[in-house]
Amino acid sequence: MTLLSVSDLTTTYTSGRSAVHAVDGVSLEIARGETIGLVGESGCGKSTLGKTILRLVEPSGGRILFDGEDLTALSEAALRSRRKRLQMVFQDPFASLNPRQTIGEILSAPLAVHGVKSRAERQRRVDDILARVGLPPDSARRYPHEFSGGQRQRIGIARALILEPDLIICDEPVSALDLSVQAQILNLLAELKQSLNLSLLFISHDLSVVRYLSDRVLVMYLGRIVESGSHTQIWHRPLHPYTKALIDAVPDPTRRRYAAPLPGDLPDPRSVGGGCRFAPRCPIATEICRTQDPALRAAAAGHHVACHHAEPALVS
Amino acid sequence: MLQINTRTTLLQPEADTQPIAVSAEVSPSSWPNLHAADTHVVSATSHNIRRLTVLRLLRNPSVAAGGALLSLIIIAAALAPFLYPGDPLSMVARPLLWPGQNAAFPFGTDSLGRDVAAGLFHGARVSLLIGVVATSIGVSVGILVGATAGYRGGWIDDVLVRVIELFQTVPSFILLVVLVAIAQPSILTVTWAIGLVTWPTIARLVRAEFRVLREKDFVMAARSLGFGHGRIVIREILPNALPAIIVTASVMVATAILMEAALSFLGLGDPNVVSWGSMIGSGRELIRTAWYLTALPGVVIVLTVLALNLIGDGLTDVLNPRTGVER
Repeated sequence: MTLLSVSDLTTTYTSGRSAVHAVDGVSLEIARGETIGLVGESGCGKSTLGKTILRLVEPSGGRILFDGEDLTALSEAALRSRRKRLQMVFQDPFASLNPRQTIGEILSAPLAVHGVKSRAERQRRVDDILARVGLPPDSARRYPHEFSGGQRQRIGIARALILEPDLIICDEPVSALDLSVQAQILNLLAELKQSLNLSLLFISHDLSVVRYLSDRVLVMYLGRIVESGSHTQIWHRPLHPYTKALIDAVPDPTRRRYAAPLPGDLPDPRSVGGGCRFAPRCPIATEICRTQDPALRAAAAGHHVACHHAEPALVS
Repeated sequence: MLQINTRTTLLQPEADTQPIAVSAEVSPSSWPNLHAADTHVVSATSHNIRRLTVLRLLRNPSVAAGGALLSLIIIAAALAPFLYPGDPLSMVARPLLWPGQNAAFPFGTDSLGRDVAAGLFHGARVSLLIGVVATSIGVSVGILVGATAGYRGGWIDDVLVRVIELFQTVPSFILLVVLVAIAQPSILTVTWAIGLVTWPTIARLVRAEFRVLREKDFVMAARSLGFGHGRIVIREILPNALPAIIVTASVMVATAILMEAALSFLGLGDPNVVSWGSMIGSGRELIRTAWYLTALPGVVIVLTVLALNLIGDGLTDVLNPRTGVER
């Protein structure tokens, strides 16, 4: 059952006369209880995509159907009441908590805004959620600066959970944390997802993190989805050269060779030419790649790829 | 690299199966990661951020010195009606008594025989009242304009910035004189006029703070939680802009007191009350023969402004985020 269906979503940042399509015609679907991993390198537009789905950044085109309702068509006031069902966990746990509010205030304010009138009821739900994310009960009286990074991210998760949402967008929730703490937060998210039947859109630049949590994986490059497929498909039969490069770049102690790095950086998104966006860095690019932009097409059941040269890999 | 490898193995119980198998209905307490080292370590001493700030303020030498000085002036203002119950403008003794000449008039009398000490005590009331109220007006207007401009952005910001610039390009004291000259001088009009010429300072500051703060993740989080604009501005952004506002406001009180003194010196103050500025103004002609008439109120003004500036400096040290103090 589809919970969220995004079609042809475009986000454009304009500065002066130049316009950047940070998200350029992205379509995706998330079923109830499903976890989608969204990977891509820094600057490819994955955070912008997450924020656009929540309309924290206004889309410039496309539709966002959430539970059958088009979020892009809603007025600001109408959107506000829907927000309790879609939540976000932010990347930087130090910046995402108001330093002047206690944890109790941070967690109970959303309840007050969304109509939980009774103070005792709010208090009870704050205590519940603190226990749920593994924080001591007296945390409610403390300020964010008294907590470590991992604890703050637990608070961020608690804040996203307190309105009992259906979908949580996790925008690189562990990339600012120590490795040992990362594992704890990931386990926490996995446990919460299972017990609360949450849908997650898990954004990360770290494939191993996405691999751990996701049912399906989307690979994003320069504002576009270049490959999408199930966990197994992406991991074992990657078709797009970019996906292959990303997987090769994951360190693996059993592998003796060095990963061949992708040459170059992300090109300036303002100067995207007519052909495939990945062509300038692609090891197998040919003439057609430089002139024709490949569309996302089905390569197998549930496996889509945007590459002119994906077939050979499919045959082998 | 080595660390990343450790994690990769740590995170993958079995490749390609469902990430982890969590049995249905796991109660939070039975889940081992809730007892991870990270969860229960919270600094043992709970330090309340507000109490900590107050403590740090009191320990700051500038604040302590300025605060002590200002307290003396406030006490003087509070005691004025009890020490000098009569009208400080009434003639009570022989004119031009020098300080110390008559024990009943420790600071002497002016050319009309009015008690200088009574004038100084009552003048403190006027100066502090105008300073505080005018600053409140300026700060309120400034926050309103600055917050609107900084939070909304776009054409509203453009328009409001032009208005702020319009006020800032006109020399504020000239504007003040014009405003007071149009409306008859009284404590009320002088206060409002000072408030109306000082708000652009606060408006600029608040606008700049809001522009920075509205991009912060916690404001983004507030939006994603469905908070209304009013709540975001008042509960999320304003408290974080407050330290900068408080610092500026403390110096603005001093500026307002100076402006009032200057107006009164020019004879544009409220004629029915005694003020330090008007005392200097009326003593001006006798500066060669009775210099104490200008010097005494002058010294009091200097001390008051000094006290407020010291407090402002101290507040900057303690509250200003740019000095690296954790907020």
